[in-house]
This record gives sequence, structure tokens and C-alpha cells, in this order.
Amino acid sequence: MGKFLIASVTALAALIGVAGPAHAAGGGDVKLVSGEWSFAGPFGYFDKGAMQRGFQVYLEVCAGCHGVEYLAFRNLADLGYNDAEIKAIAAEYEVMDGPDDDGEMFMRPARPADMIPSPYRNDNEARANNNGALPPDLSLITKARANGADYLYSLLLGYEDAPADTEVPEGMYYNNAYSGHLIAMPQPIYGDDVEYTDGTPTTPESLAADVTHFLMWAAEPKMEARKRIGVAAVFFLSIFLIMSYMAKRRVWAELH
Amino acid sequence: MSAEKFSNPVVRWIDHRLPVFSMLDHEKYDYPVPKNLNYFWNFGVLAGLALVIMIVTGIVLAMNYTAHVDHAFSSVERIMRDVNHGWLIRYIHMNAASFFFIVVYIHIFRGLYYGSYKAPRELLWMLGVVIFLLMMATAFMGYVLPWGQMSFWGATVITNLFSAIPLVGESIVTFLWGGFSVDNPTLNRFFSLHYLMPFVIAGVVVLHIVALHRFGSNNPIGIDAKGPQDTISFHPYYTIKDMVGIAMFLLLLAVAVFFFPNAMGHPDNYIPANPMQTPAHIVPEWYFLPFYAILRAVPDKLGGVLLMFAAIFVLFILPWLDRSPVRSARFRPVFRIFFWLLFIDCIALGYLGGKPAEGVYVVLSRIATVWYFLHFLLILPLLSVFETTRPLPKSISEPVLATAKGVA
Repeated sequence: MGKFLIASVTALAALIGVAGPAHAAGGGDVKLVSGEWSFAGPFGYFDKGAMQRGFQVYLEVCAGCHGVEYLAFRNLADLGYNDAEIKAIAAEYEVMDGPDDDGEMFMRPARPADMIPSPYRNDNEARANNNGALPPDLSLITKARANGADYLYSLLLGYEDAPADTEVPEGMYYNNAYSGHLIAMPQPIYGDDVEYTDGTPTTPESLAADVTHFLMWAAEPKMEARKRIGVAAVFFLSIFLIMSYMAKRRVWAELH
Repeated sequence: MSAEKFSNPVVRWIDHRLPVFSMLDHEKYDYPVPKNLNYFWNFGVLAGLALVIMIVTGIVLAMNYTAHVDHAFSSVERIMRDVNHGWLIRYIHMNAASFFFIVVYIHIFRGLYYGSYKAPRELLWMLGVVIFLLMMATAFMGYVLPWGQMSFWGATVITNLFSAIPLVGESIVTFLWGGFSVDNPTLNRFFSLHYLMPFVIAGVVVLHIVALHRFGSNNPIGIDAKGPQDTISFHPYYTIKDMVGIAMFLLLLAVAVFFFPNAMGHPDNYIPANPMQTPAHIVPEWYFLPFYAILRAVPDKLGGVLLMFAAIFVLFILPWLDRSPVRSARFRPVFRIFFWLLFIDCIALGYLGGKPAEGVYVVLSRIATVWYFLHFLLILPLLSVFETTRPLPKSISEPVLATAKGVA
């Protein structure tokens, strides 16, 4: 049993050791700062207040260029909004529907079942409006980058003056968290970019943390259910393991 | 087998015409298993369990997946967000794939250590290598299906390997792709084959088990069972021992699925495939990294491809490379040292496969690759001749009883 346990744990450790560096490849000398996340750890949860504030930051700061194509308005219920609030949020958008009885497409106010519209109709329009750079969709961004939450948080706060020996071309910006340091996105957060209604300070750190919180939920909306079931599953399987081992000992005791 | 042994008349009626119950009964009680198997003998059953988990979750995923370049990525996201417990099914499928390889790698190394490939189990071993090859093909095609960046570029790099074949290489690649690049026809055929292959694997697993039951399991001291005093029935002794392994396997799988579901994947695969943008480093799934390291260790493309396939082929002829009559490494002091060197070598190859192919990593990859082949092609044949093995016990029960007394 001891040997087996050691073998299993070694295998898992070896695996993470091998898989880990594969992900980190290509980072370079980037600087990551770590946030304090309520969603970290086996009992992690999403903070509804932070997500609502983060959604506000997304709408007022990010949504001009970045979409969240995998989110529907109805998903905002996870943030703590009720049906009426979600209807009201959706109604501020116009989406295309149709064809109607005459065969025409038409615009109508969005409903909770609609996906949240992206700012551009397609990638070409997005590039045309952003100096040729494509602002990535943000619905999976925290899963599509290594150390997603810390990375995003660091990136939002990572703007600084370029070192003397680095030349920053026109339309590019220097960011200490970005691979290669030259990023096409201008600094989005300066502090006080939005007005919070709940009295939370609007420092750059607080805004960046809130929008990261919102985007972590956007990428992994089932995380709370996953961890809740996970705790129960691990508890159950631990008992199962102990009982199997005790049963095995008893059955084998007859042999000797 | 007499049908009278079953008290239930329905069972007796069926068994007389279709002797499935006799067959099960035979495997459960009459099939003799060496009494000294350790927990490393759990891994065959665990691999079988992993295959079942993969097939069950895979069938459910296929009900919700769309094999089309425009919809594959978003259909996977729909599974993650809108299908009831779809996230759970997909995370189990993703992580159980990795666990399948962990289990099979341990199973293979167990076979290497205890000499399970030796006569009369050569075919059993070779069928195992066939299963391993089929698993790699299946896993590779499965990784393409979510149509993320690594799916696309992994598929491009691996299928392009075949272009190294002289004369017909380019035509083979076009044939594999179903076009002139990795595109919708490629995705469709990979989906079709990814669905087919697990059942082919299941078929070979049946042959693997038939071959196993011909001579029964090898055991940690590697000598044949001499009689009933050396063996016990599979049930209840090994069913309950396997249960302990299964519980441990499920516990570790649950930890991965529920708390680190993406730790063994690559973040780039959450970016939709983009043929116009190559990722900074294209890396395959972790379980291919040792072979990827061998591939890249050779400066010549064809040479790299041949060597990579040779790394697996060498396992097929292993029973004839290691001619030592002693199976278990317990009685082969020199072999045991080289076994652990090979183990470290494989881990090193895995590590190097995940590193960029530049500088010292290339040099180390070459050394590790050379060592891998030296081990099989030179060291094992030499050891078979020159190694002085330790004396073997007279029977399985002898050392078993000795240990029991020692403990008491």
C-alpha cells in the first residue's frame, strides 16, 4: 500500500513537473503580481459584488473593443442580478433578428436569451478600428493564458515607461507583464475610470481585480458547482479507499 | 464445466445453451493467480477502467459535439456552459485521457522491471504495444477535436511528419488531410476515427486478456507457479485488491477533475484555431513529449520520424533483445540499475520534449535519445550474456512464507 501510494503520488508529481514547464514556455522576463482571489483553492467561490463591479468595468472600459461572445444576458443571473435587472440590461442592446413574414431582417431590443453582442461585426472590422491589431474576445481569456487571473491582473497594471534601450513603435505600448513587452492595447485602467455605487474604492488595483474576477467567472462559470461537488467526491472516495483497504486486509488475513 | 453448479434455474437454463456464466465463474474462481502480486499488478485493471470511462464520457460528448471547423470550438464551449453537467463530462474525458496514459506508462514500466515480456508472454507484450500505439493515435485525434490553437497546430505538425517519406510523402499527407491543409475534411475524418479507435482498442484488449489467461500473470519474483500452493483464486483476493487500486485511481482522478481540470492541458487550446497565426511554441500533449523530444533530437526530418517510430518498434522486439532467462529485476542487480537509468532517461525526454528546441536542450535531447536506444539495442543484449544473476527461490510460496515469518 505504502509503495503504491508513493508510486501514485510520484507519477502525479512527475506529470505536473513535465506538463508545467511546457506551459510556461515563451514567457520571457515578464513580471506577474498575484492577486488575492476568493475563487482560488478547493473552497473557492465567486464574490458577487466583485463580479458586478467587474461587469461594470468591462462595460465601461473594455466593451468598446472586446466582446464576450460565449456569454448570454441570462448568464448574468450568476452575478446576482434578478430577472427584471437582466431584462433591463439586455434591453439596452439592439440585436438583429428575422427574417420576418416579409423576408426582411430587422433590429429589436435584446432579450435575456440573446448572446451579449460583440463590439465589431467581424475580425476585419475589429482590426480596421484598432491599427490592425485584433482585440481578443475575453470570454475565455483567463483560461487561454497561463496563470490566467494573475496574468490578466498583472497585464492591466503592467503599463510603465519603457526602459531607455527599448524603442516603442507608434501605436504600441510598453507592458511589463506582456510577452515581448510591446502591446497594441493602450493602458485601459488609470483609476477612477468608473464610478462604483457600493463605495468600493476605484484605485487601479481594485478596478483590475474586479474585472479579472468577472472574467474568471466568464471563462469558468461552473467553477463553484465543480468545487462543491469536488469536495464531496473527494470526501466520499477517501472513505471508499479506506474501506476498500480495510476489506482487503481482512480478506487477505485468511491467507497467512 | 457442469451447469449444475448454479442454483438459479434461469441461470442454469441459459448457461446450458450459452455458457457465459461458466466462463465468468471460471475466470473468477478457477483462474489461478500467483499469490505474491504487488499493487503494480493493479494497473492492467486500471487501464481497462480508464478505457471504459473514456468510452462512456466520449459517447456522451459526441452527442453534443459538432465536427465542423466553424462550430467545433463553440460546440465544446456549449458543452462547458449549457449542457447539463457537460463541464463534468468533458473534464472527466480530458483528465481521464491523461490518467489513462499515466496508468499505461506505469503498466509498461512494471512489465519492463519484472520481465513480463519474456517467454511465454511475448505476444501478450506485443499486443500491449499495439494497444499503446492505438491509444496514441486515438489521443492525438481526440486532441484535434476542440479545434483550439494547439489542436490545429499539433495536427499540422504531426501530419506533416509523413511528408518526410521519400517520393510518396506529400501524397500521403494530402490523403490524410483530405485536402491541401488541415481543414474541415481533416476534422471530420479525425472525429470519425476518434470514435472508431476505442472500440478497436477494446478488441485488442480482449486478445491481450486471452493471451494473459493462457499462462496467467507474471509475478514480482518472476518464476512460474509450481502448483496450487503458489496460487490463489482471482476472486475474492485480487478483486478486493484491485478495488483498493480503483479507489485510489478514482480519488486522484477526482482531485484532477474537480480542482486542477486544466493543469494537464495547454492554455492555447482555449484560443480558437487560427491558421494564420502560429503559436510561439507548439507542444503536444504531455504524454507524447518523450517521443517529441526524440523526433526533434535528429537534425534530419526523415531521420527524426524514423527514430520516433523506432522508439516504439524497439518495444516490439524487446523479448528477443533481452535474452536473460531471469525475468524479475529483483534477481538482476545490474539490470536493475539500468532499468532506473532508463526510467530517468524517459522522464528526461519528457521534460526536454516540452522545452524549446534550442541550445542545451537539443544537446541533452540527443544524449537522452542515444541512451534510450543504447539501453534496448546494446545494454540489454549484453546483460543477457554477462550479468551474474542472484539465485532464484525454489517456488513462489517459499519467499512469501519467509517474508510472512520475518514480519511475524
